Amino acid sequence: MSIEISNISKTFGNFHALNNINLTVPSGELVALLGPSGCGKTTLLRIIAGLESADEGSILFNGADATHRNVREREVGFVFQHYALFRHMTVFENVAFGLRVRPKKTRPSNAEIHKRVHKLLELVQLDWLADRHPAQLSGGQRQRIALARALAVEPQVLLLDEPFGALDAKVRKELRRWLRQLHDELHITSVFVTHDQEEALEVADHVVVLNKGRIEQVGAPDEVYDKPATPFVYQFLGNVNLFHSRVHGGFAKVGELALPVDGHDTTHDAPASAYVRPHDIEILRSPENGSSFAATVSHIHAIGPIVRLELAREDATEIVEAELTRERYQELNLKAGERVYLKPRHLRVFLDENVT
Amino acid sequence: MSGTTTITTTVSQYNHYQAKVAHNRATSEPAWIRWSLILIALAFLALFLFVPLVAVFYQALSKGVETYVTALSDPDAISAIWLTLIAAGISLPLNLVFGVSAAWAITKFNFKGKSFLITLIDLPFAVSPVIAGLIYVLIFGLQGWFGQWLSDNEYRVIFAIPGIVLATIFVTFPFIARELIPLMQAQGKDEEEAALVLGATGWQMFWHVTIPNIKWGLLYGVILSNARAMGEFGAVSVVSGHIRGMTNTMPLHVEILYNEYNYAAAFAVASLLALLALVTLALKSFVEWKTAHSIDTEIPE
Repeated sequence: MSIEISNISKTFGNFHALNNINLTVPSGELVALLGPSGCGKTTLLRIIAGLESADEGSILFNGADATHRNVREREVGFVFQHYALFRHMTVFENVAFGLRVRPKKTRPSNAEIHKRVHKLLELVQLDWLADRHPAQLSGGQRQRIALARALAVEPQVLLLDEPFGALDAKVRKELRRWLRQLHDELHITSVFVTHDQEEALEVADHVVVLNKGRIEQVGAPDEVYDKPATPFVYQFLGNVNLFHSRVHGGFAKVGELALPVDGHDTTHDAPASAYVRPHDIEILRSPENGSSFAATVSHIHAIGPIVRLELAREDATEIVEAELTRERYQELNLKAGERVYLKPRHLRVFLDENVT
Repeated sequence: MSGTTTITTTVSQYNHYQAKVAHNRATSEPAWIRWSLILIALAFLALFLFVPLVAVFYQALSKGVETYVTALSDPDAISAIWLTLIAAGISLPLNLVFGVSAAWAITKFNFKGKSFLITLIDLPFAVSPVIAGLIYVLIFGLQGWFGQWLSDNEYRVIFAIPGIVLATIFVTFPFIARELIPLMQAQGKDEEEAALVLGATGWQMFWHVTIPNIKWGLLYGVILSNARAMGEFGAVSVVSGHIRGMTNTMPLHVEILYNEYNYAAAFAVASLLALLALVTLALKSFVEWKTAHSIDTEIPE
């Protein structure tokens, strides 16, 4: 089932949680709502679920208006951030709840409920926990039971609020791969909320980046990472170095450097911010005229396959972060305190007038 | 190999134990301070709680079991016991409905005047029970706002059972709400929302999710509310009129007997109230233990 969100706005008192949101989630896709805390992503998810009502705008499920449809009739599965399992019920009863509360006409028989619950528990690989209570489960197990419970009512849409937020790093990684596999099997239209960019980029078909109640960019993970539409997206997705520069006639001037930039041929001496990812900075032993600047190595973090450097620019007070492979690092034989030359390979320039 | 492991564990456990003892010594008071504090507390309890309790039963039985039984089977005493049960029996269900609704409204919704409502719920705790009784006399008494209308229609509120029930409700209604509000606030509304998303109606959500989650707190509130309803003196005394066999509750009956120098009978009825207090205490600690136990198993890993 596809979801169309049009012109949704929501305020809490004076706070604009959502500002004119327009978004389409195609049928069968897994979409991530990504943004910092307070950006409105959870509010949007709750509006889709019907747990919150929008001040303006409408929600369409498969083209049919669902804006005023009761939460019970929306056929959504919702996985809460803290799971919200019914603490006094066993795992089995938790999963069976959605089937048991149906009106007599549509309620499956007891045997049918047993069959379906056990099938779901097998799907989440926790069939052996059916008689336990939620308090006796680990965080990862609770999360999977919460998912099984949401799937029990055969929802048309699956909504997950920070599904891995409360788990430790290792379990989180396992579970998000598992969620991706599950989605590939079931193909149920899913939306999940996260503040973790790595999670969004790894799991989702499409990523929606939200900031201060507005959509900054919608796109496939590689698209939003490689071609960020706004400075916010650039900064939010991964580490980045920010240089203050001036753009003039197709060139960005960063300190002594003049680097060619596309699309700014007619720009006349405008203040701008130039963004470079740490892995897009090349480290050289000798200067390259016009395209490199001098810096001193201040810290080296040489743990893991990627070596991270902190460097102090000589022509400004800024600290620059650079990442290079272990091989390259050994080849250069760098030591703290040494003088090197930095050459940005890719530079993305946003004029400051566009940055608010 | 396994032997080594065992030894290491034992040693580490021993070290752990030692560290614990040392830690205790480092942070706690000297023994004489601890023991004098405990003694003061125990002496206080003995003097002010245990001795009176024993005295009640001693006095009640001082003239023999026969007098005791006679005092309790006296028609006026039985009527007082009945009236007490009726007042508690009417006020408790009403308090239950009010307490759950008020706690629900306060914890699950946002509305204007919420803190005002919480203050209002606390009002009976702040007001002297005698004033509470007087309020009803002023409203429903013969000279009160509705007095004329009530006597024209031959309804009696003051100096009759309805007045006693009203006064009892007034002094007992905060207990259940007060008990439930912090509990429901701590639990949040996630589980209720989950039930709704899964297709439950509001009523199903209430019975299958909310009530099981608050049942021990609710029971605790009911026990306290009941104890107060049966033991209330001040407010009921003002509206009752002390008509023997008609509008006397147990505490009022005790007072009348006492004023008539009928000590054995007074203490006999009082011993029933004391017994009620003991049962309440036992129930209360059981529910407290049960609540703590259910919270213990709730702690996430």
